[in-house]
Amino acid sequence: MPSAPDLYRQAFRLMLSARLVEDKLTALKRSGKIFGGVFSGRGQEALSVALGIHLHKGDIYAPLIRDQAGRLAFGDTILNTFRTYLGSALGSMRGHDGNVHRGRPREGYFAMISHLGAMVSAVGGALMARRFRGETGIVGATCIGDGGTSTGSFHEGLNMAAVEKLPLVVVVANNQYAYSTPNDRQFACESLFDRAIGYGVTGHRVSGIILADCLDVIGKAVAAARAGEGPQFVVADLLRLVGHAEHDDAQYITEAQKASPLGRDCLVLAEETLLRENRATPEEIALWKKQIDEEIEETTARVLREPAPDPEEESWIPFATDYLHPCFADS
Amino acid sequence: MNHSITYLEAICAAQRKALAEDPRVFIYGQDVGNFGGAFKATKNLAKEFPGRVLDSPISEDAMVGMAIGAAIEGMRPIVEMQFADFSTCGLNQIVNHAGTLFFRTEVPCPLVVRLPSGGNTAGGPFHSQNLEALYAHYPGLVVMTPATVEDVYTMLLEAIKIDDPVIFCEHKFLYYHLKAEKLPTEGLPVGKARITRPGRDATIVTYSAMLHESLAAAEELVGDGYEIEVVDLRSVKPLDTDTILASVARTGRLLVVSEAFPWGGVAAEVVARVTAEGFGLLDAPPQRLNSKDTPVPFHPALWGTHRPTASTIASALHRLLKL
Ligand SMILES: Cc1ncc(C[n+]2csc(CCOP(=O)(O)OP(=O)(O)O)c2C)c(N)n1
Ligand SMILES: [Mg+2]
Repeated sequence: MPSAPDLYRQAFRLMLSARLVEDKLTALKRSGKIFGGVFSGRGQEALSVALGIHLHKGDIYAPLIRDQAGRLAFGDTILNTFRTYLGSALGSMRGHDGNVHRGRPREGYFAMISHLGAMVSAVGGALMARRFRGETGIVGATCIGDGGTSTGSFHEGLNMAAVEKLPLVVVVANNQYAYSTPNDRQFACESLFDRAIGYGVTGHRVSGIILADCLDVIGKAVAAARAGEGPQFVVADLLRLVGHAEHDDAQYITEAQKASPLGRDCLVLAEETLLRENRATPEEIALWKKQIDEEIEETTARVLREPAPDPEEESWIPFATDYLHPCFADS
Repeated sequence: MNHSITYLEAICAAQRKALAEDPRVFIYGQDVGNFGGAFKATKNLAKEFPGRVLDSPISEDAMVGMAIGAAIEGMRPIVEMQFADFSTCGLNQIVNHAGTLFFRTEVPCPLVVRLPSGGNTAGGPFHSQNLEALYAHYPGLVVMTPATVEDVYTMLLEAIKIDDPVIFCEHKFLYYHLKAEKLPTEGLPVGKARITRPGRDATIVTYSAMLHESLAAAEELVGDGYEIEVVDLRSVKPLDTDTILASVARTGRLLVVSEAFPWGGVAAEVVARVTAEGFGLLDAPPQRLNSKDTPVPFHPALWGTHRPTASTIASALHRLLKL
C-alpha cells in the first residue's frame, strides 16, 4: 500500500484514466462502433476508485455500472475494457456479454448480472467459501446505486451477510437518481445511512465527491471488514453528472441540484487539491493525460482490428460438464 | 425389523456421503441445521458435519446468490428450498445468474438446488407445484426428476459432482411411500432414460411420481390384453430423445404423462420432439396428460382430480389405443 500522498496521486491517475476511457467510449458510441449501451461513471470516479484501490489481490470485487475507476484500480485493464465494449473475441467475455457486464470471476473480479442487488449475496457466498477454507484477512466488496437498494435481492444479500458476519463492504453511490426516478420516489427514510443499524452492520457516511474523504472512509471500512468486524455499509452522497446512459440527456436533474455542492466534479476537485497542496505539478498532470490518451488511442486501434466472435466456432452448449455435451449436441 | 430405506432417507444418505467424501460440499437452507429440515432430509447432518449444514434466513434469492458465489470459489453448495414453490423467490439468481455464468465467463457454477416438489393431499396451491419445465426452459440448468429410491440416491450424488447448476426435483409424495432394500453403488448417467416396463402396444413417457401412476395404469391394461411400455425420463434436461423415439418406433403410439401444468411443459416438449423427429413412427396422434391448467387445489377430493392418476392414465391409454 503506497503512503497517503502516493495513494492520492495513484487514485487521481486512475480517476483520470476512467474519465478519459469513458469519454472515448462515448465518442465511439456516437460513431456507431459500440454494440449496446455505454454507462458512464462521470462524477463518481472518486468514490469508485476509493473502493477498488483498497482491495488486494485475493479479495472479491463485484463492481456495478458506474465503476470504471474502481475496475481499473482492481486490475481490469483499458485493453479489456475496450475489447468488451467493442465486442472483440479476445476480451474476457468473448462477446458472450458486453460493456459493464464483464469480469474475471476466477480472479475475484465478478461479472455483474444486470439485475440490481443480485451481486450482494454472490459476494457473500464467495466470502463463505473463503471462510470454509479457513482463509482470513479477505474482503469482499460490491457497489450499488440508491435505486438498487430498493430491491429485495439487496435486502436479502445484506441481511444474510450480517447474519454470517461476513467481511463484506457495500458501497452505495447515492447519486440522487435511479434512471429518472428521484430519491423521494425511491425510499422514505431520512437517509439510506440509517438502514445500517437495522441490518446490524457498521454504517459510514461520506461525501462522494471528495477524493481524500472517500479514500479515508472507504479505507477504514475495508480495514474494518478485513479485521473481522463484519459487514460495512458506506453511503456516499453525490450527483450523477450524466444521463443514465449515453442516450439519456437527464433533463430531469434540476438546475438547483447541478449548481449545489453535490453537483461539483470530483475529478476537477481532486486535481485542484493536487495542485494546491503541491502533490503534483500541472506538467505532471498534463503528461499523465497524454500518456493515458495515447494508451487509449493505441488500444482502440488495436481492438478495432481484432476478430469478432465466430458463431461457427461456438459450441452453443452452456454447460461446463464435458460428458453432458453429447446430450446437447442438437441444441 | 424392516431394513428398507425410503426415498427421503436416500436423499439424506446421498448428502451424508457427499459431505463425508468431498470437503467442498455444504448445505444451506431454511431449518436444515439442527432441526434437520422441514422434511428431515438433512436429519443429523449438522451434528455429523459441524459448520457445514447451515440454517439460512428466509431469503431464497440470497440463498442461491450465496451458493453461486461459493461455487465460483470452488465449493459445491447444496441449497434446500423448503418447498419447490418458494424457489420462485430465488428464480432470478437461478436462471439469470447460475444459468448464465459458465456461458458468460467460462467459470463453472457447480451447485444443486433441491426442490421438494409435487402434490400431496391438502398441499394446496403453494406447497404442491412441479417447476421442472420452468427451469428446463432456461439455458444452462440441468433438471433432474428422479422417480425411484435408487435414482434419487445416485442422481443426487451425480448432481453434486456435475460442474453445472442442477435443479433437483425430488417428489414429496414419494418421500415416505417409496422404499428400497438397499442403496445402489451405481446408476444410469444423467440424460439416459430407463425403460421401466417393456411393452409393444403404446409408449408412456413419464417421470417422477407419475412413473408409479403410469405403471399402475399399464398393469390395469394387462387385463385387456395390452402391453404398455413405460419410459422413465429420469432427467428432463437433458432429455433422452433417442430412447423415446426408439420406444415409439416399437409401439407406434405415445402418451406423455406429467403432474405439472400443461402449458409449454415437459410433455409438450416430448410431443413436439417426437412429432418433429419421429412423425413416420407414429400410428396415432401423440397424446399428453397433465394436471389441469388451474392452481393446485387444496381439498383432497379436488386434488385427486386435478392431477393424473392411474385411472385417468388408463382411460387416456384406452382412447389412444382406439385412435
Ligand atoms: C432488478 C432491476 N430492475 C430494473 C433494472 C433496470 N435499471 C438499470 S439501471 C437502473 C437505475 C439504477 O439506479 P441506481 O441503482 O440509483 O444506480 P445509478 O444508475 O444511479 O448508478 C434501472 C432501473 C435493473 N437493472 N435491475
Ligand atoms: Mg442512483
